[in-house]
Amino acid sequence: MELKRLQAPLSDEDVLQLKAGDNVLISGVIYAARDAAHKKLVELMDKGEPLPVDLQGQIIYYVGPTPAKPGQPIGSAGPTTSGRMDAYTPRMLEHGMKACIGKGLRNSAVKEALIKYKGVYLAAVGGAGALLSKRIVSSEVVAYPELGAEAIRRMEVKDFPATVINDAYGNDLYEEGARQYRIE
Amino acid sequence: MREITAAEIAGHVAEMCQEANLYLGEEMEQALKRSLEVEESPTGKEVLQQLIENLEIARKEQIPICQDTGFAVFFVEWGQDVHLTGGTLEEAINEGVRRGYQEGYLRKSIVGDPLYDRKNTGDNTPAVIHTTIVAGDRVKIAFAPKGGGSENMSTVKMLKPADGEKGVIDFVVNHIKAAGPNPCPPIVIGVGIGGTFDKVAVLAKKALLRPVGQPHPDPAYAALEQKILKEINKLGIGPQGFGGRVTALAVHIETFPSHIASLAAAVNINCHACRHLEREI
Repeated sequence: MELKRLQAPLSDEDVLQLKAGDNVLISGVIYAARDAAHKKLVELMDKGEPLPVDLQGQIIYYVGPTPAKPGQPIGSAGPTTSGRMDAYTPRMLEHGMKACIGKGLRNSAVKEALIKYKGVYLAAVGGAGALLSKRIVSSEVVAYPELGAEAIRRMEVKDFPATVINDAYGNDLYEEGARQYRIE
Repeated sequence: MREITAAEIAGHVAEMCQEANLYLGEEMEQALKRSLEVEESPTGKEVLQQLIENLEIARKEQIPICQDTGFAVFFVEWGQDVHLTGGTLEEAINEGVRRGYQEGYLRKSIVGDPLYDRKNTGDNTPAVIHTTIVAGDRVKIAFAPKGGGSENMSTVKMLKPADGEKGVIDFVVNHIKAAGPNPCPPIVIGVGIGGTFDKVAVLAKKALLRPVGQPHPDPAYAALEQKILKEINKLGIGPQGFGGRVTALAVHIETFPSHIASLAAAVNINCHACRHLEREI
């Protein structure tokens, strides 16, 4: 199976070469954030205040890991359901985010924002938290430590596997894949 | 009368919390391996291989299979000739959950107030406990940590008796189609049929505790399980929703007598990490 390599953070060119259905391996620095952190970030955007993380070119991973055991950078760390972030994602893209990694369906507002801001939505394998944790080299909480598993983390990843679901051209792997294999 | 201490129950529960989150049942692992032979989509096969490799890493390196180590759900069958000493059953189970989730480095995913405060309770309590009093002097504890992603894709519908078998099949299949990739396919589907609004939901949950693929004892319902499974695997959703043949690994039905005016039906979905284990004390 063909794999495309991505180095995070991403440029517009990186995003525009990706098509729904592509399998990628990501290396570099990405950030972890889920529901509660997104809510806080968007509140800051609404007030026009600076964000604790510069989102320019960044990949955001929707993950709430298990606690790291001594000597490990992180615990089990698979993706959470992305739909809960739909309300915030267009604002994140507007502020420079280039890609997000999660699992599950996105709404039409997110898909339109991916086209408008040249972004991409990727899925990692939900429930492969042990495997994915091995691709995370380091992890540190950089904002909202009070949120526990929901804090914002800066993570260095190496060959982190993901699949392109929604590209910047309006394609959707969830729709195309099911159509290809559906038996009427 | 036989006596069991609350400390003994808590000890078993703490061990079960850790065990269930690190080791998937052999029957689930075999089901995943069998599905690899059926799957035609290359991306689907890649997903299934990652899931099998994930189980090996979890087991060898003691990393939870999934980061969502779940709401702690228990089904307890308590023999009525057993006397519990040193605390209540609820306290004992919650003490076990507290210890198991702390010592096992499992994620604490429960907030105390569901709507306003949503502050994490910090120890994954309280557990959800279903207790049945049975004959004898044995205690059976079944534990199933339940992830939020698949739980959110649950539903209950009060069908009309006239809807019949077709009504039940359409209800389940259409629901799975709408859920698509969200519950982390390949999934195990628990279906409750009969009883009341509350009863049918518990039946659907209980159906997920059965060893995967073990048919309903009544041949008519065993056949219905296969019919629904076949229809679901025609949907093309596939592993993780990337497209493919293997959307569900099994459909399990549990039934209960019904009111003359009702045909209650419920769907409770488990992801491929269908974690459950049982101990008899």
